[in-house]
Parts: sequence; structure tokens; C-alpha cells
Amino acid sequence: MSLKSTFSAATALALITAGGAFADAHSATITIATVNNGDMIRMQGYTDQFTAETGIAVEWVTLEENVLRQRVTTDITTKGGQFDIMTIGMYETPIWGANDWLVPLNDLSAEYDVDDILPAMRNGLSHDGTLYAAPFYGESSMVMYRTDLMEAAGLEMPTAPTWQFIREAAAAMDDPENEINGICLRGKAGWGEGGAFITVTGNSFGARWFDEEWNAQFDQPEWANALNFYVNLMNDYGPEGYATNGFNENLSLFNQGKCGMWIDATVAASFVTGADSTVADSVGFALAPNAEGVEKRANWLWAWALAIPAGTQQEAEAKQFIEWATGKAYIELVAANEGWANVPPGARTSLYETPEYQAVPFAKMTLDSINAADPTNPTVDPVPYVGIQFVAIPEFAGMATEVSQEFSAAYAGQQTVEEALAKAQAITTEVMEAAGYR
Amino acid sequence: MARSVTPRRKMINTTAAWAVGLLIFFPILWTILTSFKTEAQAIAAPPIFLGFDWTLENYSVVMERSDYGRFLWNSIIIAGGSTILGCIIAVPAAWSMAFVPSRRTKDILLWMLSTKMLPAVGVLYPIYLLFIEMGLLDSRAGLVVVLMLINLPIIVWMLYTYFKEIPVEILEAARMDGATLKEELLYVLTPMAIPGIASTLLLNFILAWNEAFWTLNLTAVNAAPLTAFIASYSSPEGLFFAKLSAASTMAIAPILILGWFSQKQLVRGLTFGAVK
Repeated sequence: MSLKSTFSAATALALITAGGAFADAHSATITIATVNNGDMIRMQGYTDQFTAETGIAVEWVTLEENVLRQRVTTDITTKGGQFDIMTIGMYETPIWGANDWLVPLNDLSAEYDVDDILPAMRNGLSHDGTLYAAPFYGESSMVMYRTDLMEAAGLEMPTAPTWQFIREAAAAMDDPENEINGICLRGKAGWGEGGAFITVTGNSFGARWFDEEWNAQFDQPEWANALNFYVNLMNDYGPEGYATNGFNENLSLFNQGKCGMWIDATVAASFVTGADSTVADSVGFALAPNAEGVEKRANWLWAWALAIPAGTQQEAEAKQFIEWATGKAYIELVAANEGWANVPPGARTSLYETPEYQAVPFAKMTLDSINAADPTNPTVDPVPYVGIQFVAIPEFAGMATEVSQEFSAAYAGQQTVEEALAKAQAITTEVMEAAGYR
Repeated sequence: MARSVTPRRKMINTTAAWAVGLLIFFPILWTILTSFKTEAQAIAAPPIFLGFDWTLENYSVVMERSDYGRFLWNSIIIAGGSTILGCIIAVPAAWSMAFVPSRRTKDILLWMLSTKMLPAVGVLYPIYLLFIEMGLLDSRAGLVVVLMLINLPIIVWMLYTYFKEIPVEILEAARMDGATLKEELLYVLTPMAIPGIASTLLLNFILAWNEAFWTLNLTAVNAAPLTAFIASYSSPEGLFFAKLSAASTMAIAPILILGWFSQKQLVRGLTFGAVK
């Protein structure tokens, strides 16, 4: 082939590819953006049933949690209209609802029984009393511990332990020779990773992010107590390199029998008692701890929920899907096919009244943990914000990620707790002043 | 005179080269091995290197869950389209800069390169809004244009330095013989620069194939390439490393094979001019 022909062919190919791309047909189906979590993937497997029942086809866009968050935020703030349903959490829902970016879910059918949604979930996914997202599954956090190690240590885990007991138990179960860490906790930077954990730990020591005038509170003794306790506990009885451990790293350690205790999301209960866990038969559960004399516990509240962006052309079809995916019938469908331990937890009251589900070992503790969380009253002293492991303001994600990076640096020994707290105070003060809160 | 190399020295050099090569390749090898493990074996400590029960289950799950063919086709169209379009624009641009430079040519080259220093996220919203206005969101055409523009400075720079190696007297001789500008470009310059053009195209194709910021942010269903395919298997709440590894292996396999078969051309081109 001559060079001239080669160039002509190349130009033609470029035009064809571009032209073919312009010819992308716009699908009449609903498009759903979601995260790659076990329950969400399971739901995708049942989508054909929804399509068979309603004639509505579904296209899934599954992304990693942080990518999804950036992707859907870009789309909703620019009214891009790429998605008919978005999977969002308790942090985004009230903020986006207040901005009228979401379709209110105030006309769901009687059969859907919106009053059956757990009150904590409903409150957390509402703004001014209007529900903006339907919970697909909900979670709190709790203590997961090795019953065999606890027994060998001659201790008994209370239903509602204190941090002091947790430290005592960690010391008793810590066994470096056998590669068993007394306790595994999140330390990884990121507002949804280590940031979430240290925030609820702060709550359980009487700390708070802001006072009622939006003044940062990291210079208060409660934060120093919480952070010093955490760092000492983890330095003494935690795994090596805990400053970079998040949910997955700790799950891996616990499943391999290398943690005496792990305090994390209640959804982890089905993993640590599942087929991939080497300690599945010896796991117990307890409420997240608090410091002695402090009424608030270190348990958060979160839900992955389905919401409809305002402006979608297929609002009715989207609502139909939400009613199907977050309704009672879907739970029964999963239970019938995969067992009660695999149904999406933490969303509906009726689930916890089902005798079969009550027999699931972690069901009661999950419900108790969710019920113990109050996002409208998360701290000992009053605060001007809603949210337990987050502050439901748009500035929080960026600010909390920076703060958690400073804390992780302290966990890694790169700076002292006092230095980390001073930087956290400076970061939050600067952001709140720039944003006009003060 | 060529420097003499003793057998001992040669052996040391060869061993060192293999060691460095294996070190660089190890993460890819580990990803491929993990894709054949169960999820429990994937996170085992100490890690299992070869002594595990090999399984194809992860590939089976990935193929069942995702439309791999659609992602692959999108990757081919987007990477191929942006590479070809970039070449069509870059060859004349590099020719003019190499053979008929102006006083500002160096400044223009530096300015082009400086656009690569801007963090992509800094222009996400303007580009997203433009794409909404032009109806290009989730379209392969939009991504072809964006990726071409992103990689254009590199293509122009590489071609410019390859062209600079070609003696201008040869082009002048062609002109003396009556060659038009088109003939000079097609029949004189291009054949001499083929190794450079080929390696530039190959490198650009690899860069476009692996680009993950724009391909994730500007696509949803129709135009999502293999980067989105990988992202759909990453999860901060759940241990799915074996499935993620299977998806990653499937995503990199085509480009790895392409790179393997064209490595001779690629190395020749890279050492011929620009980045030698």
C-alpha cells in the first residue's frame, strides 16, 4: 500500500471512529450509578426480574466508592443528566435535598410502606422532614471480637463495653508471638475511612467538631483525650502500620485470625462469619464503646440509598425501581434464594421482626447499634450540625480528609498528637472562615 | 572503536537487566497470579506465590457480570481514534516547527508542553459543561477529541525531535527535483521518520488506553472503556481482590500483547530520536 493510501485510510478510519461515536444511540432504559458492594452486586443479579415485571430495562454504572462520589457530584451539580438513579449516602442526601437537586420521595405507594423504614435511617435521609433517598441497606458500627480468645483471657465482653474495658481486653488478647493483635482499628487517611472512625471515637470521649457558633474544637481537652487514647491503644496492641489500614485491611486481618477485636461497620458481620473467614465460628458482637461517664458511644450511622436526580426524564420509572429494590418483596426474594443472612440489612423495621432474621447472630446487635445512633444529636455538648461520623455541610469532605491526613501522620509517628490537633484546628478554622460560617 | 566487554561483565549486566526487568514486571505478574486464586487465597498472609489451587472462577464471574466486549470495543475506538486523529494533526505541525521554524517556535513548543502540567481536575467542570452543551457526554467522539488534545503535546514534541534528526538538505533536494509540499511530506519525510512515527503512535495508543481520569468522568454506559471496567471491581468495603485482579488482567492483556509484539519497533523508535 502506498503512503498516500495509508494516510487516506488513516484519515478515513479516524472519521469513521468519530462518526460511529457520534452515532451512539440514546437508550430508553433507566441508568443507575452504584457502588461495588456485595449487596449492590447481588441486586444487579436480580435486575432481570424487575425488567420482566415492569418492562423497564436497567443499565448499571458500577464504580469504586470515591470515584462514584466524584462522578455523581459532578453530574448533579452541572445537571448533566447522565443518571436516572444515583446511589448516595447519608452525607450527600440532606445537602443535595436542601439544594433541590433530588426528587422528593413523598409519593411512594402505600404498598411500599415508607413508615417501615427504620426511623434513624429515615431521619438521616431526609431534609426538613422530606425523604430524598430510600435506604437500600444501612449500617452502624460495633465491636466484633474473638469469643475463643476472650474466654482464654478469662474475660467476658459486656453488651455495652467502655473504652477502658476494650483496652484491658486488648492487652489480655494481644499475643505477638502468635501474630495476634489485641485490637484492629482504622487509621487510613480519608474522611470516610479513618476520619469516620476517629470522629465517632471523639464523640465517645465528649469531643465535637464545632461548638454552636461553628468554632473548631480540636483545641479542647476532649479531643486530646480521644486521640491520645487511640494512639496509645494502637501503638500498644494494634497491628504494624495501622496508620494505613482501612476497612478492607482490617477485614483481611480479622478473617485470618490476627485480631482479638475489631470495631467497624456492622455490615462486616456477614463477612467475618462467612465462608472466607477462618474464625467464623468464634465471633461475638457488642455495642461500640464509650469512655466512662460519657453517654455517647462510638457508633456511626450510614446508609447506601437510592435517589433520583431532579430533571431526569424518567422519574416515574426510577421511582418504580426504587420501590422494587428497597421494598419488602426484594428482601423476601433474596432470603428465598440466598438465605436470610444475605438480605440487605439495616433499612426496614419489619426485617428485624422476622423470626428467621432474628436467628441471624448479628441481627440484634446491628439493630441495637443503629437505634443507639442519633444523627441529630451526635455529641455530648450541643452542635449546630447533623451527622455522627460526618458534619453534613458541603465543606466537610475536603476539610475532614485534610484533618484525617494529619491524624494519620500522628499514627505513623511522623508528628505528635498535639501537633496533629493544632493543625486540625488551623485547617478547620480557616475553612469555616473562608466559607462564611464565622 | 567499540568498547570491549569481558564475559564476566556481560554476565553481570545481563543478570542486573533481568533483575530490574523482573522487578518492574512483578506487580503485573502478581496481578495475573492473584486472578487465579480464591478471594481467601488472594489475601493470605504470608502471601502464596504459586502453591495454590488454580481457579478460573474469577474470570467466569467477571464475564458473567460485565459486558467485557463492549468495554474492550470502546477502548479500541477511543485509543485508536485519538491516536490517528492526533497523528493527522501532529505530523504537519511537527514538520513546520522542525523545518520552517519561526522566532516563536521554541516558545510554542514549551507552551504546548506546559499544558500537560495543569492538573486535569482543574478543567473538569468547564469540559463537563462544554460536553453537556455539545451533547458529547458519554460519547466515544467526545473522548476521542479530549484524549487527542491531552496527548497532542507529546506527539508533536516526539515527532518534532525525530524530524530534527533528518537533514534538511534531503528535503531541499526533493524540492529541487520538483516535489510539491504534499509529495515532500508523503514520499520523502514520512518514510525516513517511520520508526519515530510508529513508536509515537504506539506510545500514544498506550497512554490513551490507560487514561483513567477523563474516561471515568465523561462516560456512563455507552462509551465506558476498560478503565471503567476495572473501576467497577474496586471496593473499599469488601474483599474482592481476586475478581479485581481478573478484571485488571483482562483490561491490560490486549495492550500487553500489542506491546510485546511491537517492542522491537518501540525500542528502535524511542532510541532513534526524541527520548534517547
